[in-house]
Amino acid sequence: MDEKQIIQDFPIFHQPDRNGKTLCYLDSAATTQKPLSVLEAMDTYYKTYNANIHRGVYHLSELATEAHETTREKIRAWIHARSTTEIIFTRNTTESINLVAYSWGRKNLNAGDHMILTEMEHHSNLVPWQILAEEKGVELDFIPITDAGELDLEVYRQLLEKHPKLVCATGMSNVMGTIPPSKEMISAAHAAGALFLLDGAQMVPHMQVDIRDLDADFFAFSAHKMLGPTGIGVLYGKESLLEAMPPFLGGGDMIKKVHLRSFSANDLPYKFEAGTPAIAEAIGFGAAIDYLAQIGMDAVFEHESEITRYAIQELMKIPGLKIIGPLTSSNRGSAVSFTLDYVHPHDVAQILDRENICVRAGHHCAMPVHERCNVDASTRASFYIYNSLTDVDRLIDGLKIVHQLFGQD
Amino acid sequence: MDDLYRENILDHYKNPIYKGTLEPADLSFEDENPLCGDHLRIDLRVDEKGNVTDARFSGHGCAISQASADLLLESIIGKNIEDLKKLTKEDILDLLGIEELGPVRLKCALLSLKVLKGSLYGIGQKDEDL
Repeated sequence: MDEKQIIQDFPIFHQPDRNGKTLCYLDSAATTQKPLSVLEAMDTYYKTYNANIHRGVYHLSELATEAHETTREKIRAWIHARSTTEIIFTRNTTESINLVAYSWGRKNLNAGDHMILTEMEHHSNLVPWQILAEEKGVELDFIPITDAGELDLEVYRQLLEKHPKLVCATGMSNVMGTIPPSKEMISAAHAAGALFLLDGAQMVPHMQVDIRDLDADFFAFSAHKMLGPTGIGVLYGKESLLEAMPPFLGGGDMIKKVHLRSFSANDLPYKFEAGTPAIAEAIGFGAAIDYLAQIGMDAVFEHESEITRYAIQELMKIPGLKIIGPLTSSNRGSAVSFTLDYVHPHDVAQILDRENICVRAGHHCAMPVHERCNVDASTRASFYIYNSLTDVDRLIDGLKIVHQLFGQD
Repeated sequence: MDDLYRENILDHYKNPIYKGTLEPADLSFEDENPLCGDHLRIDLRVDEKGNVTDARFSGHGCAISQASADLLLESIIGKNIEDLKKLTKEDILDLLGIEELGPVRLKCALLSLKVLKGSLYGIGQKDEDL
């Protein structure tokens, strides 16, 4: 990977802050920075062929429709889905999961039915199911997190004996970086007669995904965590499941015919895409995929692994620092969350900000993970293609300043 | 920004004077900042004229929320609760000795005032009412 070229491609890294310090961005698990090619793709659409899609007869609209649908095909190829009918554009991972809960869940889950979640989930893969459970009387079971920061697969096997209808789990923890054995978990769910929704928000940006090989029934992810713009995400679903599901939002584009008292839904994938979509964002998303494809996802994962390995090694040397999650550096995502026993994460983040280092402080939209680890909050550093070992050195130097201010000795 | 971690604030954070609980207390209230999980409880003893005779805070949180609680309680001993109802955001920033704070950290700084007012009125205060 050409680190210098990558930094060159991201305008945000060219501007030092008011103290002359370059940006050390360690919050890519929240959202990534955007390369120039993504920004230009969106800009070019607005400047030269801005038009609504799917309905204009004129040339401009055809251009916009083609660009929008080209991204759908890129995503299909990216995750190795069978057909673009299985690629539904949403606002983000959260909306994708809500779509499944609302449409599939309402139709197929009833009082007394069981479904399995994990203690490791982001709030977006918990709250939609809590809402549904409240409404329909569905029983929620949870796969616990072990002390090593992994999912307890023994308990998972026991929970599957309750014949759940659905299992929902993350493909990579946004707090701990854990990569659960998704393929094994999915096949176990299928053997027990359950469907499987895989939360790919942290997975797709960082590693090669073959959704047909994994065999997940539903799969959700967001563009903005993989160099693309905010406001657009994807729901992948197996075609037979999507066909049988009722529409989610109603409105334009998702219909074939509308009468005063009735409508007929459009074909897939449009059936689930009501209203004018995020057209520029779809086009930017396509450029983001092109950018990652040119680097190659194996190279992305290897680069992040090297930085994560170094970060864990150096962080462990700091007195009073405790890492939340697996300490292994192989087969692990790049999110590294930690606590310092003498200082609150908010203070850590604020002091690091003075050095132009951006980290996340708080519960990272995963309060149950923190409850499980008996901490109120943590500080998280997460790495991506534009980070280097130097960023880890800056983080460690910043934490030394925190120690000077807050350390007891 | 350098101001935020001045000796005074760090000192009140590391060695708080009013940390603890009062059992029994005349007024007591607790609340949290859901953003960071900071949790604060304030106990007050008040005489028949409505003057605060003793105060303590407990809970956990960042340096800003803890130091602001300690500074706030130090400032209200002997004051009448009717006067305390008039305390504002600016009073807290004055106590901390800082002119302005970003919106996220402002919630940390104002948590103690929110809890104090909750104890005075017996209900939670919205941030925008402070």
